[in-house]
Amino acid sequence: MNWYGIRAIYHFEMARTGRTLMQSIASPVISTSLYFVVFGAAIGSRMVEIDGISYGAFIIPGLIMLSLLNESISNASFGIYMPKFSGTIYEVLSAPVSWVEVVLGYVGAAATKSVILGLLILATARLFVDYDIAHPGWMLFFLLLTAITFSLFGFIIGIWADGFEKLQVVPMMIVTPLTFLGGSFYSISMLPPLWQTISLFNPVVYLVSTFRWSFYGVSDVNVGISAAMIIVFMALCLGVIRWVFVSGYRLRS
Amino acid sequence: MQPIISIQQLNKRYASGLHALKDIDLEIERGEIFALLGPNGAGKTTLISTICGISRPSSGTVIADGHDTVSDYRAARAKIGLVPQELSTDMFETVLATVKFSRGLFGKPQNDAYIEKLLRDLSLWDKHSAKIMTLSGGMKRRVMIAKALAHEPQILFLDEPTAGVDVELRRDMWQMVRGLRDNGVTIILTTHYIEEAEEMADRIGVIRRGELILVEDKHTLMEKLGERELRLQLQQPLASIPVALSGYPLTLTEDGSELIYTFDSHSDHTGIAELLRKLDQHGIDFRNLRSRESSLEDIFVSLVRAS
Repeated sequence: MNWYGIRAIYHFEMARTGRTLMQSIASPVISTSLYFVVFGAAIGSRMVEIDGISYGAFIIPGLIMLSLLNESISNASFGIYMPKFSGTIYEVLSAPVSWVEVVLGYVGAAATKSVILGLLILATARLFVDYDIAHPGWMLFFLLLTAITFSLFGFIIGIWADGFEKLQVVPMMIVTPLTFLGGSFYSISMLPPLWQTISLFNPVVYLVSTFRWSFYGVSDVNVGISAAMIIVFMALCLGVIRWVFVSGYRLRS
Repeated sequence: MQPIISIQQLNKRYASGLHALKDIDLEIERGEIFALLGPNGAGKTTLISTICGISRPSSGTVIADGHDTVSDYRAARAKIGLVPQELSTDMFETVLATVKFSRGLFGKPQNDAYIEKLLRDLSLWDKHSAKIMTLSGGMKRRVMIAKALAHEPQILFLDEPTAGVDVELRRDMWQMVRGLRDNGVTIILTTHYIEEAEEMADRIGVIRRGELILVEDKHTLMEKLGERELRLQLQQPLASIPVALSGYPLTLTEDGSELIYTFDSHSDHTGIAELLRKLDQHGIDFRNLRSRESSLEDIFVSLVRAS
């Protein structure tokens, strides 16, 4: 194992975050704070409790998940796309590093940033609403698992993308709508029966619901099934990435 | 002594059908400077990319210092440093950070003393905290070399190292490359500047349309294929070469003012004395004569045209 190689990539990516602190950390924290102000403090005070939880506290897991998914995808996709765009990828391709080491470096850094961001949003939420975390260990586990899985997904997008527009397509056109419709701001039990059934085909429902369970002990779906689905998706992403490196798809000619 | 790089039957076919490398067989000796010449699109960069792992070979093997570049890629790549043609580096990084990154990426532990010496040798130490985007083109080129040398490779590939570099810096670069060779680094360079190969290389390889058409010691090549020419500036321009002189390898310049006689400089019988007598017999006077030896560029052009 080339540990020095992994560390070099990881440090390089984390240093990039340091250089772009505003867009990497501050910007998502500020926009999430605005959600808390609008939905938590302003509108939330006029909303009824959901499953015995105040509306402001109810939306915390969903808002963290919204940022976590978007940032994991965008950090990882940008991390591998930029070397491709600037040509510096030649150095990684000619270095004595395996695909596992490359993924550990890039995805590890992307997931680290997302987890830090998630925890910062959690801390920020405390300024606006009171909440308790029923299962803090599981909360951290799901936070980490989701960050890693969606960073792997972002890494695939970064390899697939051949322009900056494509980097934005999946987060903007797929992930954000699915997150908004995935129970971030409501319980799916509040929907008419038909829409409840349709919602069960939205994978983000499982992520948000499971994460909310780790906070308040209530969930719209089975927590075990949700965790298994995330792990299956992670395995699928790893399989695709392995294929990318073995075949050289969009990396090696 | 075992060659430091051994390439056997290397082929590269792209999905488009382009056969970029055709049955390349090549051995690079330890400690030499090998110059790979070829016109644009000949396959120089493809060959380097395939050896370094950026491009995958379709068939054939490359052994770098005893390690197969595919099956034993970790050991092989650790021996190789690459300076690409393009100035591809993260412009927002500092010089020191980017060179340290390269060392770590290639599996070497941090060594601040070595990195400082490397940057000093390349006259970059004063700029070690500067962002790469603030450096001049020549300095950026040196940063690329520092990155390639950061992991102390035994083999260094330089793909067009002096492209777009001014004459003074080019000579500095040549000096630096010689210094690296003196320290035991084997250097393989591609270049468009034939003068560069003539100045620096121990051996020359010529590649054309993916085929290695010649590999030769530079001096042997120039002796074997080199020609000399004698240029006679005439008193009176000629309309054409007189019939009596048609047996000689003569050409007449467009304006008819010069006769050019080409001869083998290593032959015992150059035919110059006989030619001068013939000119005298036919009343063709000349006011000046000069001779010149063909350069590597002349040889290269004739080789590429002939094949």
